[in-house]
Amino acid sequence: MIIINTLGYILIFLGTLFLFLGALGLLRMPDVYNRLQAGTKATTLGALSTIIGVGMVETDWFLKTLIIAIFILMTNPIGSHAIARAARLSRIAVDKITAQDKYQENYLNKKGSDQNASNF
Amino acid sequence: MLNYIFIIISAAVLIAVIRMLKGPTPADRIVSLDTVTTIISSLLVVLALFFKNHIYLDISFVFAALSFTGVIVIARYLEGRG
Repeated sequence: MIIINTLGYILIFLGTLFLFLGALGLLRMPDVYNRLQAGTKATTLGALSTIIGVGMVETDWFLKTLIIAIFILMTNPIGSHAIARAARLSRIAVDKITAQDKYQENYLNKKGSDQNASNF
Repeated sequence: MLNYIFIIISAAVLIAVIRMLKGPTPADRIVSLDTVTTIISSLLVVLALFFKNHIYLDISFVFAALSFTGVIVIARYLEGRG
């Protein structure tokens, strides 16, 4: 029992570290899309680890924490995808460091300038 | 033990809020909002462990659901097509 308790505290600490690194990447990255990578993936892993760790420390709450973790695991990528799609549709440019933009070539420049939003 | 965890999570929220204040485009601010709500949703779970009270788990679940809805609504608004 004491092993599961210690493992839960280690998971909480690691998850907190991932949350901090995700926020730091949000401050350091050069572009909206890079910030989206840092601020969503690392934060999802950190929140998942922290919540499962709390469920391992207090064993009675494990089912409820598992439900919260699965909910965050399902909804966080959907929000990230919606933000990236909105940023690209509102013509926010990609930074010069990450200059490859296949989305611009294939979809946004295919026909016209303003009606192409109805393609997808 | 839990005090240091609260200090690290508060520093993470502070850094994300700095990006929300600085961000040049509206999409930066939405990304920062998404990050802050996820961090606070896990902070509420740690608060449940700190106070030994399981009502914070329900608060965390409702907060995660409402923040997901808010992020989706703001992102759809930013597309400009409703």
